[in-house]
This record gives sequence, C-alpha cells and structure tokens, in this order.
Amino acid sequence: MSEAGQRVLVVDDEAPIRRYLRAALNAQGFTIFESANGQEALNAVIANRPDIIILDLGLPDIDGIEVTRQLREWSQTPIIVLSVRESEQDKIAALDAGADDYLTKPFGTGELMARMRVVMRRQTSKPDEPILQVDELKMDLSRRVVTIRDEEISLTPTEYDILRLLMQNAGKVITHHHLLRQVWGTAYESEMHILRVNISNLRRKIEPDPSRPHYLLTEPGVGYRLKVL
Amino acid sequence: MQNRPDPDELLKHVESEETGRGKLKIFLGYVAGVGKTYAMLEAAHQRKEQGLDVVVGYIETHKRAETEELVTGLEVLPRKQIEYHNVTLPEMDVDAVLKRRPKLVLVDEFAHTNAPGSRHPKRFQDVAEILDAGIDVYTTLNIQHLESLNDVVAQVTGIIVRETIPDRVIDEASEIEVIDLPPDELLTRLQEGKVYIPEQASRAIDKFFRKGNLTALREMSLRRAAERVDDQMRSYMQTRAISGPWGASERLLVCISPSPLAEKLIRTTRRLADELNAEWIAVYVEVASKPENNPANRERIGRTLQLAEELGAKSITLSERSIQEAVLDYARKNNITKVVIGKPLKPRWQEIVTGSVVDQLIYASGDIDVYVISARTELNKPIIPSDWQPHQPIGRYLLSLGLVALSTLLGILVRGDLEPANLVMLYLASVVISAIFLGRGPSLLAAVAGVLAFDFFLVPPYLTLAVSDTQYIVTFGMLFIVSLVISSLTAQGREQAEAAIRRESQTNALYNLGRDLTSATDLNNVADIVISHIGQAFGREVVIFLPENGRIHPFASSPNYQPDENELAVAAWTFDHDQPAGRGTDTLPAASIRCVPLRTSNGMVGVLGVHPKESGSLLTPEQRQTLDAFTNQAALAVERASLAEQAHQTELLQATEKLQSALLNSISHDLRTPLVSITGALTSLDEQSESLDDENRRSLIVTAREEADRLNRLVGNLLSMTRIESGAIKIHSEPDDIQDAIGTALEQLGKRLGRHGIQVNIPVDFPLVPMDFTLMVQVIVNVLENAVKYSPENSLIEISAQLMDKKARLQIFDRGVGIPAEDLPRIFDKFYRVQRPENVSGTGLGLSISKGIVDVHHGIIYASARTGGGTVITIELPLDEEYSQ
Repeated sequence: MSEAGQRVLVVDDEAPIRRYLRAALNAQGFTIFESANGQEALNAVIANRPDIIILDLGLPDIDGIEVTRQLREWSQTPIIVLSVRESEQDKIAALDAGADDYLTKPFGTGELMARMRVVMRRQTSKPDEPILQVDELKMDLSRRVVTIRDEEISLTPTEYDILRLLMQNAGKVITHHHLLRQVWGTAYESEMHILRVNISNLRRKIEPDPSRPHYLLTEPGVGYRLKVL
Repeated sequence: MQNRPDPDELLKHVESEETGRGKLKIFLGYVAGVGKTYAMLEAAHQRKEQGLDVVVGYIETHKRAETEELVTGLEVLPRKQIEYHNVTLPEMDVDAVLKRRPKLVLVDEFAHTNAPGSRHPKRFQDVAEILDAGIDVYTTLNIQHLESLNDVVAQVTGIIVRETIPDRVIDEASEIEVIDLPPDELLTRLQEGKVYIPEQASRAIDKFFRKGNLTALREMSLRRAAERVDDQMRSYMQTRAISGPWGASERLLVCISPSPLAEKLIRTTRRLADELNAEWIAVYVEVASKPENNPANRERIGRTLQLAEELGAKSITLSERSIQEAVLDYARKNNITKVVIGKPLKPRWQEIVTGSVVDQLIYASGDIDVYVISARTELNKPIIPSDWQPHQPIGRYLLSLGLVALSTLLGILVRGDLEPANLVMLYLASVVISAIFLGRGPSLLAAVAGVLAFDFFLVPPYLTLAVSDTQYIVTFGMLFIVSLVISSLTAQGREQAEAAIRRESQTNALYNLGRDLTSATDLNNVADIVISHIGQAFGREVVIFLPENGRIHPFASSPNYQPDENELAVAAWTFDHDQPAGRGTDTLPAASIRCVPLRTSNGMVGVLGVHPKESGSLLTPEQRQTLDAFTNQAALAVERASLAEQAHQTELLQATEKLQSALLNSISHDLRTPLVSITGALTSLDEQSESLDDENRRSLIVTAREEADRLNRLVGNLLSMTRIESGAIKIHSEPDDIQDAIGTALEQLGKRLGRHGIQVNIPVDFPLVPMDFTLMVQVIVNVLENAVKYSPENSLIEISAQLMDKKARLQIFDRGVGIPAEDLPRIFDKFYRVQRPENVSGTGLGLSISKGIVDVHHGIIYASARTGGGTVITIELPLDEEYSQ
C-alpha cells in the first residue's frame, strides 16, 4: 500500500523522540506534524487533518487518555498511543477511550510501521469481506467455516465468535472486557476465567504449538491480538 | 537608707530578668468600686497608643457608662458561652485569646470562679495559661480574695469570701498597682449609685460598706503592696550581695492533723512566715502504729497539704513511731527554727491518759521555738478518730460474747478439777482470740464480760457476783488489766500488720510492674504491661498517649476502652503543659479521665490516662502517691523502649544505606557498560562511515541495538526491584492460564532464546492458577533468561507444570553449568551472580525480582541441582484463591 503523502501527527513532549520519529517516518514518505502537548495536539488535528496520530500518554498538560477521549467525540482518525512498561491500566483506558492500538516504549521502527499499517488498512478496508485470512488460518463468514492449512476445524459457537472478532480486527489488540462484552454480553464483563478457558481451548485447535502461539497472541494485562504477518 | 534603689528601677530589673513568660500586672483594690477596671482600661489605652497590640479578654463593665466608654476603641474578644443546668454563663474564651495572640490582654476579676465544665475551675488558672503562652495580662483583684487574708477578712467584716486565689499567684505578678480611694469618697460614690452591687449581695452591703471595714481592708491592701515592694527590694539587694538588715533566715515547720482547723493553722503560719520572711514547711506525721484509715480524713490531709503548697510552703508526709519524735527529728535535720502546732482539742482527762503531743513536743524541743495556735471552737466539726470504727458489725461483738460463753461452759465443766487461777486462762484465751480476729472493740467487751462471767460462774459462791475469798479481787483486777493490755497489744499488732500488708501489696505491685517491664521487648509490650498492671492495681481503665509529630495520640489502652475527644483534649493539655490534668486536678476537673505526664529526666515521653470504671470514685492521696510511683516506672520503661526503637530504626537505616551504596556501585557499572557500546558504535558510524565496510557497519549497528535492549531490560529490572523493595508492588491476582504465561514469556524472550531448544510439558486439563499474569510472565522470563545464560547453546530447556495438593508447581530444567550446592540458597539474593562463565553479563537482579514477585503471591521459589547436570528452578503457587489475595 502507498504510504507516500500520508499525514502523521506526532504528539510527544520529548523533543528527541519527536526528532527520531520525524527522521524514521520521513524516510518512509510520510508527512510529519509535531505537537509537544495535548492542547497543541487538539488544535493540530483541526488544522492539519492528519491521517494517523501517534500520541504519547504522558503529556505535560492534558493526559493522553483525555486527549483520545476528546478527539473521539468528533474524529475517527486512527490513534496509536505510546506508553511505558507496567502501565496496563493506562493502556486499557486509552483503548477504551478509543485508541486503535498501543506501543510500549522503547519500540523499534519496524514495530511502529507494522502497527501503523494495520490501523490504516482497517480504516480503508471494506467491512463485510466474507473471507478473512491470516497466514494459513482462514475464516469463511458466510459458511461459518474455519480452516487451518485447508483442514476444517470444529469450533464451539463461543470460540467461533471470539476468533471472528479477533480476525475482523487482525493485528489490533482487543481488550478482555471488549471480548467479553461482544461475545458473552455486558453481564459477563468480569468473568475473565471463562474467556481464558476458551482462549486456551481455541489455541489447542488452531495453534501448531499451543505453548508458543503463532496466531493468537496474549498482550499481558490488556487482552489478545491476532498476529498479522 | 539613702542608697535605697528606686522601686520602679527594681521592677524594671525584675521584668527584664523574666524570659518567655508573659508579664502579669494586677490592679489591686480593697473593695469593689475603687475604680480598678477603670484604671486598667486607662492603662490599656495608654499602651495601645504606644503601639501595643491590646485586646479585651473579659471585662465586666456592670453597664457603667464611663467604663463602657473606655472599652470602646479596644478590640473585645467574644466570650465563650458555657451551658450549665440550662443556664448559659459567659466566660473568657482562653483558646480565642491564645489563637489571637495579642501582646497584652485585659482580664477582669482575677479571682473569678469559672462555670463548671470550663477548662480550669478558676480564672487565675486561665490567666496562668495565657501568661505561659508569652502574652502579657492586666487584671483586677480585690484584697479580700487573697487566700492568706481570707480568714482575717472574715473576722473583720463578718463576710466569708468564697472566691479566693493563692498568694503565690500575686507573688508571681511582675507589677502590682494599688488603686486607692479614701473610704469617705468611696461611700459618696456608693450613695451616688456609682458602685455596682450585685442584687443578691444588697443585704450584705450595709454590713460590708462600713467605714471601719473599709479602713481595715484598705490597710490590708496598702500593707500588702508595701510588703511586696520590700520583698523585691530585699531580693535585689541579695542578688547584688548588698548587706542589709535581714537576719539569719528563719525556717518554720507547721504540723497538721486531719482536723478541719489545720487550714487555719496553715494560713496563720503563712502570715507568720511572711512577717519573718521565712521559708516554711507543712508536715503531716502518720504514726506507724496508727495509720489513717478513714478516707475522709485522708482526703482532708491531702487538701490541707495542697493549700500549704498553694500558699508557698513545701509539704511533706512522714511516717514514724511518734509525732513529736518525727517532727523534732525533721526539724533538727533541716535547721527549722520554729515549729507551729495547733492547740489540743481533746479533753484534759484524755490527755492525761494518752499523753499530749504538744506537751511532749515542748518538753523535747530544745532550742526550737514552739508556737501553739488556738482555734475557734465554733468551726469545730466532729472529728472521727481514725481507729474508732463505729460501724463495726454487731456480729463481731456477739461472737466475742459467744467466745466468753464458751470459755464459761468449759470452765463449768472442769471447775471441780482445776484451780480458779487456771480457769482465768480460758478467759484470757477468749480475749486474745477476739483481739486477733474480731478487733479492738470486741476484745475489750470480752475482757469485761470475762471478768464478770468468771466471778459469776467460776468463783464460789457460784451464780452470784459476791466472792467468798477476797484474794479473788486481785485475780479480777489482774485478769482485767492483763486482758486490756493483751487486747490493746494484739489489736495494735493486727492494725500494723494490716497497714504493712497494704504497703506490701503496693510494693509488690510496684515490684511486679518493674519485673515485668524488664522483660518487655518493645514499646507495644511495655504499654500492655503498664496498662494491665495499673489497671489491676487501681481498678481503672488505663490509656497511654504518645507523641507523634508533636501531637499526642492514644497509643494503647485497656481492652474495651477508647478515649473520646474530650479525654484526648485533656491528654493534649497535659502534654503541652507538662502537668496533671482532668479528674481530681485543677485543670479540666470535670473530665472523666485523669492524665499525668510520663516524665523522665530527659523530658516528657508521653501521657498516662486513668479512667474510673464507674463514675464518682476519686483516687485517695495514698493511691495518687502510688500512681506517681507507677508513672515514674512506666515513663522510664516507655523512654527505654522508644530509645530502643529509635536505635533499631537507625540500624535499619544504616543497613538500607549500605545496600543502597552497593546498589549504586553495581548499577553505575551495569548501566555504563551498554552505554559504552552504544556510544562507541554510534560515534564510529557517525565519524568514520566512509572507512567502514558493510560487514563492520552491520556489526556496529547490531551491537548498539542489542546493548540498547539490554539497557532497557536493566532499567525495567531496577524499576521492578524498587517497586518490590518499597512494597509499592500491587498484585492483581486472577485465575489465569499458566500455559499462556509461559507462551507469553517465550514470545517476549524471542531472539534471546538463541539456539536453545524449548520443551513445554503441561497437562491438558491443567486448572487456572491465581496469579498476576504480567508479573508471573516476568518471573518466567527472568528464570528462563538465567537458564539460557548459564547453559550451552543447542541444549534443551524443559518447562513443566504439575498439580500438587492445593498447589501448582512450575519447574524449569536446564543442562547448564549447575550451581554449587552451597550457593543454591543464595542465588535469589540481590546482586548475587554465579561467578563461572566469563562472558555472562547481567546485574544478578532477575532472580531476586522473581523471588520478590513469588513472595507477594504467597508462593515459594527455590533452586536445586538437576540429576545428570544442570539446575532446576521450582516455583510453587497456592491454588486456593484466598492465599493469593
């Protein structure tokens, strides 16, 4: 896909990080805008109409989560938040507020590009494609059939729903709560162990080695993600 | 007396020497209406004009226009309204004054008695607190309120003044201004209605405002003020070593008894001491063989001694065999020149029988003068002799009669076989038994009844009081006397024994407290012991308050007892002023708790509160003394424990500091190493890019990247360690899939696993294990990282999980270099690293972080040697949810 000319808004109060991102993203053909705090960022979104926002959570004025929440009131521009290790609650809060994905600092450029690609592709993809595919895992939504290396596997309705949700959002992290809400309903939002048992069973069916998952990755403390290659 | 210094100069000298405490100025008048309040207000205005911060704490203008006019222009603090029996009584608000902190505060009517429920019973105590806070006070006082003049005023005017203040309060004043007005002018003012007279007193006024009375009172106030100037003059000359007219100093000793007249004795002695400018001491002698048992009398003795102290005396209690010996012994040892004693109140005949203390004292006094002071008899209230107990149960007397009857019965049975002289012994036996078991009274009855019964039943002719042989008269006489002596001796012995037992039990209680306290290890322990011992000895609930950040708070208390807000306030007052407060004291006497400072030679360490289980019971003076002894011991123990705790804290701090410096050393090394590689690689790429071939460039980049990763992990580890060490780590434990945790850990390790083979064996139906997923992943990462580091490439690392009884066991096996057996327990210590492979890097934090995390999960982690070479790390986590919360 073409990245040339795509507009990226980088929001971080640390100048060296902005400089690094500018260099790395410029090389990939992006147009870069920078903001050093939350208020600037909100103004910049209006002024520059970016195609994607890279937003640090620890901003000096408005919390990054709050910036996300305010943006989401009127904008669907994809947001990738940056946060440090050991702040799972912030990550979840940012995702709940409407962020599309997150990256833990420090991160490699390759990782960032992959995440950006995923959220931007989703932005442009048609929502009702009947066949979803990740590597050798295929899901035919019209026939409700899942195959791995062209071999059909039988899933329970719940496992099917989980996998469908993950595949429709392939590459994107889905929080525990979101999964529980979507698959079981709001009443089950805190029944984490049901989700874990089902994920474990699902892995045994789709993963070549359930101990070293290839498709269904765990984001510790946050949720699950279907890996895209 | 030409060189007599100027009194004003002297006053300045006195003032200048005082430090910290506020200065008290008293406007002294001889009666209401001389214009004290007016004079005080005028003086206040003058001070205000000089730029002083002056406020009115409490002024009673009695609606007199000229006085009210003077109040305007001064800041008046609001009064405190105190509810008492549905009446609101306005009082000075001490706290408002302390909070406002003026330079000078005006407080009218120094001798005023506060409404019940106020902090102090008397206003002069409020003033003392204000002075202590460094605020100057102007106040007014009429001479008749002075304690030592109280009875003289009563004698002269016939009016007993109830509101009195101790003389020492006046002595402490920096300045006294006498407000004088000739009696004639005063009477004119009175007729003009310019003197405020309270309604209830209007009947007394005619009696009181007579010229004779007024002149006498005026003389008293002028004389008093003059005395004071004289005192200051004298002390000034003394401090300057100027020789003067004073002679060798006199020392007076006044002996008091439980009699209500003792108070008069005290007042008289104070006046005498004043006149002689002598030091004086009040003494109460407790006769060892006749301890004072009547609580009312004990209470009165305590009050009298307290009065003496208020009037400036030192008070002591002696315990001796005889009063005169104790008094004279003390007098000689302490250079007493004069002994004051009250006239005996006993009838003359009784004195002849029992001996007169006064006579004995005078006889043995030698060169010490003895003053015998009379007392007015109308004040005489019946005194209850200590050893006479009228409410002796009648049963005891009946029992003693029964004993006599028994002796008689035995006597009748054997009277044919034994001489009457031997039968007498039976009666003596009954007298002795009565004396021992029934007390003095019953034994006296037994003596009398015995003589009569002996005559009636056992001396021929029987059943008549007549005797055939006159020599029996001697037997009767002797029987009677011997009985009296025995009964008296035995009863005395018994009373002494009782007193001794009482003292012994106190000594024992004190000893037990001391003994238990020596075995106490920490502050909690000390507090518990003090509370239980004092609680037991006094039948009261006990609480210990300790300071923290300068404020007092309850540290420990008797079970089921928690001090309320008011009681806490009492304790706070005690702590701030280093004085007892609450029940039975002068400060906040309405409180239910009595607080005493826990004081050692190094200062206050806390406050002890005793709270009666049922209301109404006060401590006797004796109990108070014992409580003081307990308090001293408790204070020492609390201080010792606090010091020990401080020492322990310091030790901990030192250990922490040591650890921190070790940590810093290690960290600075470990942080710098990757930075060296990164900086080196980047500078090479920057500065020598032309001379580098592709392979070298690639190698530099890989190095920088790997080292940056390492640095990142190191920082992460340090953060985790800090969180674990500081206890800031919070675990969100939820049942989770252990296989998922292993998978996530393997995913995170990624390339770092190198070419090691990984094999995971987990039973299919393995249950969810309660854990904090993120933290447990970190544990597995750290353990695996270690296994990779210390085992050769291409070797297999195995991970297995097993279910045990209420536990999940996770084991990680490697085929590495293994750990020497003696090092196995130490590998989870911070910064520990097995020293073998040269090329292994790391801080040695990984495993200790893992242990920290497993610990907060209430699990265990340990290392053991693997058969066939290598190491096994075992992690066991409890399955039961309640252990992991």
